[in-house]
Amino acid sequence: MNINDLRRRNFLKTSIGAAAVAIAPGFLLFDIAHGKAQAVSGKVRWGMLIDTAQCREGCNDCVTACNKENGLSGGTGATDSQWIRKVDIKDINTGRKVSLPMMCQHCENPPCVDVCPTNASFKRADGIVLVDRHRCIGCRYCMMACPYKARSFVHEPLTDQNPDVPRGKGTVESCTLCVHRIDKGQQPACAESCTNKAILFGNLNDPDSEIAKKIRAVSSVQVRANLGLNTGVRYQGL
Amino acid sequence: MKLFASLLLCLCIPAALAAEATGPKLDIGKGGQCVEDAQWMRKNHPHVLNHQRDETVRMGVRDPKHSLKGCIECHASTKDDSVTARADSFCVACHKYEAVKIDCFECHSNKRQSAWLQRNAK
Repeated sequence: MNINDLRRRNFLKTSIGAAAVAIAPGFLLFDIAHGKAQAVSGKVRWGMLIDTAQCREGCNDCVTACNKENGLSGGTGATDSQWIRKVDIKDINTGRKVSLPMMCQHCENPPCVDVCPTNASFKRADGIVLVDRHRCIGCRYCMMACPYKARSFVHEPLTDQNPDVPRGKGTVESCTLCVHRIDKGQQPACAESCTNKAILFGNLNDPDSEIAKKIRAVSSVQVRANLGLNTGVRYQGL
Repeated sequence: MKLFASLLLCLCIPAALAAEATGPKLDIGKGGQCVEDAQWMRKNHPHVLNHQRDETVRMGVRDPKHSLKGCIECHASTKDDSVTARADSFCVACHKYEAVKIDCFECHSNKRQSAWLQRNAK
């Protein structure tokens, strides 16, 4: 082996190293910009804590943001899709009024999944309950099974959907917790739009997350906790 | 044998030319280098899309390489940003020629996402 061979070898080594250094950040940025190519982890459980003391009566910002993000008409008729709705309740004994948003509660044991005859209703590993519309036959059993009236059926043909949120006639749909945003590392549209910060979104399984710390510290309840569904959405001050 | 071969050749060449001439003419949009070999893609794109859709919806695997959105981003027409709007649009041209109905776009947007976002930005 002469000196030229050694130089050539060293040159090749350094150039491969330099190429790797030049290319690696490109791959990383590509992954960040285009979402990840691995399956979601069961170690995460997404959830929400809704502080009813901060939720103003008459404010509809979360509903508007949801409608815009997911391309809903905003109608509230019997055949209109509503993924999130504002509910005003009053205790008739005390006269105390509370206003809160109600949507799919992303149960740990979802009744909609139990009844689905085609496995279209399913719970993703990270706790988000979704409808796989490729399998949905529109039987609407899940709508009857849901104790929160969270699901809607699409009655009319739709056009010009958000490319991130496919929706179509003949299938059931509900709050997806803005799964397309979560997969990009963003918050759901309702949580982001709430001016009073009444909706806190995060990972319930991470003991250091803001939401996990808060549900440890303050009293919060699940709606219809007696059903034992272990909802991912919890309410404070109800 | 030679006669037979030349006869076959004479018959085949015009047939091939005719097929080329009457085959679907499609607007491939931006085009460029596809994620797979073009001929392989012509044959296998339904399997790729079906596989990818299940992975994405049910497991949250968002692989931009084989996503429907990725196809549309490159292949939507540069004139109307759509893969189905006209008879020579990318999806329509072949599927009409082969008489295979696709129902992807009853739910999915047929528009290039960048164009959709631009139009709906507020």
